[in-house]
Amino acid sequence: MSKIWLITQREYLTRVLNKTFILTTLLTPLGFLIFFIVLGFIMNTGSDKVKNIIVSDRTGILGGELSSRDNLVFEFSNSTLKDLFLVYEKGEVAGILELSSPPDTLQKKYVIQYYADEQLGIDEIFAIEKAISKKVRNFKLKAYKLDEKVIASLDTEVTLEPKTIKKEKNITSLTTIVSSVIGGIVGYALFFIILLYGSQVMRSVMEEKINRIIEVLISSVKPFELMMGKVLGVGLVGLTQIGIWIILIPALFFLGTLIFGIDMNAVPTLPANNAAEQVLNQQDKIVQILAELKGLNWWKILPLTLVYFFLGYFAYSALFAAVGSAVGEDINEAQSLTMPIMLPLIFAVYIGFSAVQAPDSSLAVYASMIPLLSSIVMPVRLPFDPPIWQIIVSISSLIVFTIFLVWLAGRIYRVGILMYGKKATFKEIWKWMVYKDNF
Amino acid sequence: MNSGIPVLSLQKVVKRYHNHVAVDNISFDVNQGTIFGLLGPNGAGKTSLIRIITRITAADEGEILINGEKLHALHPHKIGYLPEERGLYKKMKVGEQLIYLAQLKGLSYSESKQKLGVWMKKFDITSWWDKKIGDLSKGMQQKVQFIATVIHDPSLIILDEPFSGLDPINSNLIKDEIFALKEKGVSILFSTHRMEQVEEICEKIVLVNKGKKILDGVVSDIKQSFKENKFCVKYNGNLNLSLLENSDFNIIEQNHQELIIKLSPEKSPNFLLTSLLKEGIEIHYFNEVLPSLNEIFIKKVEQNNE
Repeated sequence: MSKIWLITQREYLTRVLNKTFILTTLLTPLGFLIFFIVLGFIMNTGSDKVKNIIVSDRTGILGGELSSRDNLVFEFSNSTLKDLFLVYEKGEVAGILELSSPPDTLQKKYVIQYYADEQLGIDEIFAIEKAISKKVRNFKLKAYKLDEKVIASLDTEVTLEPKTIKKEKNITSLTTIVSSVIGGIVGYALFFIILLYGSQVMRSVMEEKINRIIEVLISSVKPFELMMGKVLGVGLVGLTQIGIWIILIPALFFLGTLIFGIDMNAVPTLPANNAAEQVLNQQDKIVQILAELKGLNWWKILPLTLVYFFLGYFAYSALFAAVGSAVGEDINEAQSLTMPIMLPLIFAVYIGFSAVQAPDSSLAVYASMIPLLSSIVMPVRLPFDPPIWQIIVSISSLIVFTIFLVWLAGRIYRVGILMYGKKATFKEIWKWMVYKDNF
Repeated sequence: MNSGIPVLSLQKVVKRYHNHVAVDNISFDVNQGTIFGLLGPNGAGKTSLIRIITRITAADEGEILINGEKLHALHPHKIGYLPEERGLYKKMKVGEQLIYLAQLKGLSYSESKQKLGVWMKKFDITSWWDKKIGDLSKGMQQKVQFIATVIHDPSLIILDEPFSGLDPINSNLIKDEIFALKEKGVSILFSTHRMEQVEEICEKIVLVNKGKKILDGVVSDIKQSFKENKFCVKYNGNLNLSLLENSDFNIIEQNHQELIIKLSPEKSPNFLLTSLLKEGIEIHYFNEVLPSLNEIFIKKVEQNNE
């Protein structure tokens, strides 16, 4: 046991103290932050050159007032188009906007003219179109003698409000959405982590085999101890990295908001009909979402997710270790041998995505109890509060299967690490598995 | 400490792989403070035997005793093993790597550090502590690897082709260390197919071929038992060779004033000397020619292969 610990320590320390590890761990969240800042900057930036535009409104629907973008300055004029062209030629204005005839109240389309030799930017065109569309709307409302409030009440927002009958649990319309998002994130993160650190275990095994230190090592420790130490060490590196990210990413985002004054929520928003109402709605929603997040049973979700992470990681990385031991220097050989490991992992993540939409579908329920799939699918379902018996079946089958896989991988590993020059085929690996105990 | 119980004793050890027998009923003892040669051509089963002794694999039959005890999980702590295919972590520093390997052999951190200090001083490489293995030359790496083999004060050291890849200076350095360890009472199992090294270093040998023991014993005894009654004579004066040619003598080689003569088995060296003196020559040198281990090795292996 103490030897496994020694090996774990080495695997952990050599990785964590490595410059590349420190850099990637610290720079990745910074990279995310910079990415979002740049993204926000790009999204919020449009034409910024101030443009004076003369508006010739012969219809009067604008009422002598128009505002769209900060850089567009509108000046109303009653002069003829001919005179305005003269003003344009002097170069004092960027263009002339003309509303020649009033809109037809029965038509959905309305055409206005913009005279200039240099065209407006697409964002400027949208802004002007939107501002005029609003004016036309008011014009039509007046023509029909309609009240704005009446119109607003036409479109009804329907909310399905779930109510429990027996369970004493507070469910709101947002519960499902919040659970889906949390489940989706957890599922994808687990997939990513298992793949990332599993393949690190594989590479580490290959390294020991290639540089031939393996024979020195296994004359001191049992191959199984070596494999377990490695799996544990790399797993702890993974936890460290994720732990740092979990703290660092929100911290950096908070800092970013403070320093750059960028509203992270406002970055990719949908065009709103009524901006003020939208903002109000958003704030309202955030409060609701926070309440929902609080309402999730974190005491159950977090420890169970960790349990699934450890079991899943152990099962998969033991398999990765076995593959690493079976191949020699040839990374291509490793790729074909990792296929059978990748397949359940990929299936699991896709079933996980479908479980987000239908957490109680029979596919999701069965997959969350089948080992190798369950380590990803069940954590996705956890926020939806699956029945306790399913969790028990799922975890106990996963534990049994993980022990079996680690044992099996150990058998492949002990033979594989000493095998040189023999091409590792599936048939060959099968033989290693069934070698008697004293190989 | 010198109780007469062999440090390592193999008794009828058998190891079978899928379709062949790698080790076939091999027995031998290695006594304390001796250098024991494990010889054999490539593929003879040497590495299989070593892997059994170091508990990397297990024997199918037979027993392995360390100091009279059945081989168990803690015995590898008393064994130092330098494999033929050797390697170290390229990116680890010399100091931390050797401490790690010593800890795996059951030493505490402080013990490892202290012992490593002594060895590094001995090899005059204290300045390498913080160097990465990958930055060292091959010869330098071999020194580090040797320290890894002996740092935990093993009572049995197994060296598999320890001199391969070493220049003469480093070879001598390691050879001196081997003798020094032997003086301290350490037993050394020295596996090789390079016979000239064996003659120089080993007291006892076992010769294996195709998994079987084909010869064992004390080196000088073996050479005696394979002697062919050959003598080398150096002389001054004229010698009529035709006079010597008879059923008792057989001239095998002749150079300028030097002869190698094979004597019929029942005749003594004195008989040859008096016969030569009768010819009136002046004898400067007279010595029995013993077969080299190399010759014995080739002869035995060829016989065994027939």
